[in-house]
Amino acid sequence: MSEISDYQQQLLHAIQTEKASVTLMEVCGTHTMAIAKSGIRELLPPNIKLLSGPGCPVCVTSQGDIDAVIELVRQKDIILVTFGDMMRVPGTYSSLQEERSQGADIRIAYSPLDALRVARENADKEIVFLGIGFETTAPAIAVTLEQARSEGLGNFSVFSLHKVVPPALELIFSDPDINVDGLICPGHVSVVIGVEPYEILAQKHRKPCVITGFETLDILEGIYMLLKQIKQGDAQAEIQYRRVVKREGNLVARQSIEKVFKPVAARWRGLGVIPDSGLALREEFEHMDARLKFNIPEMEEIPIKGCACGEVLTGKISPPECLLFGRACTPLKPVGPCMVSHEGSCAAYYRYTPAKGRG
Amino acid sequence: MQPITDIPRRKEEVKMKQERILMAHGSGGLMSQQLIDEIFKAAWNNELMEMLDSAILNLPAGRLAMSTDSFVITPLFFPGGDIGKLSICGTVNDLVACGAKPLYMSTAFIIEEGFPLSDLRKIAESMAVTAQEVGVKLVTGDTKVVEKGSADGIFINTTGIGIIPEGINYRPQRVKPGDKIIVTGYMGDHGLAIMAQREGLSFNTPALSDCAPLYQLGQMTSQYGQAIKCMRDPTRGGLATVLNEIARQAGVGIRVKESSIPVLEVIRGACDMLGMDPLYMANEGKMVIFTDAEKADEILAELGKLSQTQNAAIIGEVYSDPAGMVLIETELGAERILGMLEGEHVPRIC
Repeated sequence: MSEISDYQQQLLHAIQTEKASVTLMEVCGTHTMAIAKSGIRELLPPNIKLLSGPGCPVCVTSQGDIDAVIELVRQKDIILVTFGDMMRVPGTYSSLQEERSQGADIRIAYSPLDALRVARENADKEIVFLGIGFETTAPAIAVTLEQARSEGLGNFSVFSLHKVVPPALELIFSDPDINVDGLICPGHVSVVIGVEPYEILAQKHRKPCVITGFETLDILEGIYMLLKQIKQGDAQAEIQYRRVVKREGNLVARQSIEKVFKPVAARWRGLGVIPDSGLALREEFEHMDARLKFNIPEMEEIPIKGCACGEVLTGKISPPECLLFGRACTPLKPVGPCMVSHEGSCAAYYRYTPAKGRG
Repeated sequence: MQPITDIPRRKEEVKMKQERILMAHGSGGLMSQQLIDEIFKAAWNNELMEMLDSAILNLPAGRLAMSTDSFVITPLFFPGGDIGKLSICGTVNDLVACGAKPLYMSTAFIIEEGFPLSDLRKIAESMAVTAQEVGVKLVTGDTKVVEKGSADGIFINTTGIGIIPEGINYRPQRVKPGDKIIVTGYMGDHGLAIMAQREGLSFNTPALSDCAPLYQLGQMTSQYGQAIKCMRDPTRGGLATVLNEIARQAGVGIRVKESSIPVLEVIRGACDMLGMDPLYMANEGKMVIFTDAEKADEILAELGKLSQTQNAAIIGEVYSDPAGMVLIETELGAERILGMLEGEHVPRIC
């Protein structure tokens, strides 16, 4: 234990004595939370900036998509099964939490397979699983869809809001308004996709990428590795999270995503429509695509007045710079999704940063 | 007392149906009577349960504490306890937190039609065992049956009364800068055990609920009189929420050290995996104690002698500022806010 904390202190010291001005982005919401929780941000010198990226699946879900889901749960005889984090996200006029209090049947699950159980137990109802998340959750949902197909469950479908990470990172590196010197890349997503997508990014944009774990020690080591590369003028994709992430990722998981999903253009909050960044069901699974099955149209994107979630998600501003932050928008009464989600950067700042740092 | 099997007419039919709760069990008639006799009176075996409209009690002199709580947990049976045991512990611990010695309890059941009688018997017996251990008497009760679908199995309410000994005054307003903060054991066990059971998550080391009545702790702390400023049991919302409540009510700042807060490795690991925080998870057999600094080590040593509190630790101290706030020193030595729980505590997506 003390060896770990000695090493931790050494890393921290090396980072704190770095002189160059460097801006890094942690892509993943779980990193944002871990950084806030461990207090790393407070301990960094002013010349090293950590921006939060578009790696919280709830936060990047577009307003129109949330409105579409709300439209769906208002239909008769629908049971929506969802991960809990989606409940409080405000749409334009309502949230799933509000819809539930008004009688919509919405159930929280920890695994998409739970939704199959609900489908078997409620043959007279239509069960829709709200598929959300990146390459981490998509394989489990792919497996669930295959299972439903082989069981012949006619009353089960998926509303897919799935997204994939690399196209969003490409956009971050290409945007001239976003100045990021290196990426702290998501650990869990990389378990599935491996190193290759980051190698392409790193080479093309001459920026280092380090796949990083979620313990305090992991994050410090990840930051240290990025600083070292920047100092040496390198732009490699490296793995810090070696105990979990393999170079090639998880082939089985990738195959199961490919079998069930196809890439489509998707709208990201704050980033707009990104080609090939969403996952829709392939033709063989189309009969289980809830959007088609229940004829849910694309909804108009109505921006929330004053909410700067889009700028926060692209690292253009830090959460306290939003005019609503901590005033009109708090975790108890969130205006935008970054304040709702447990991985949202606004929630992380609000929860864990001492008042003086709240701007 | 007439056993169910000796009902004179339509014996077979009654025998067949007795496996489950029927609407008639809540009718107030013969079947209600049998339910009380066969299940509750049999389990509780209490001379004070005289079947009057009220319990009539002789109380010793002193200030009376009274507390009520309703229990609506799913699943009803979980590793480390069940709703029956929980319904006694919850109210006992609320009384203990106020410095009272628990004496009597009432209990009321709302039971869903079709509820298995064997489960009800287990719950009643579990309540009896726990009440007996504490030395608290179940003196009056009520049973209602609601139609299938109107309740989730069984809901239990318990109300307890106890006497606060002379010289004891546990109140947040007495918490002052310099006081030490003790927690009496590992944080988050109950919350995680329930979640794991509910969602079918399993770990190499099973997560057990800490559900326990803290009457021995109450006996021990009562010897310290005014030195103990305030106690609170960190149930829903967990330790973080209790610390915030006290900071606000006492108008003080609280600083705790992350590395000093006892959390079992299995709970920490599972919480990391799920994106939950053990400091916000419910506990059902723990207490947070605010005490005079000079008595803190002595009280900690005494807690170490009791089996229920042997993992107690001093986790922090009270300061004058920032008033109304709780700060936690992380393992890296940074300081951050430990806020109140907002909304439901749910696992993350990825």
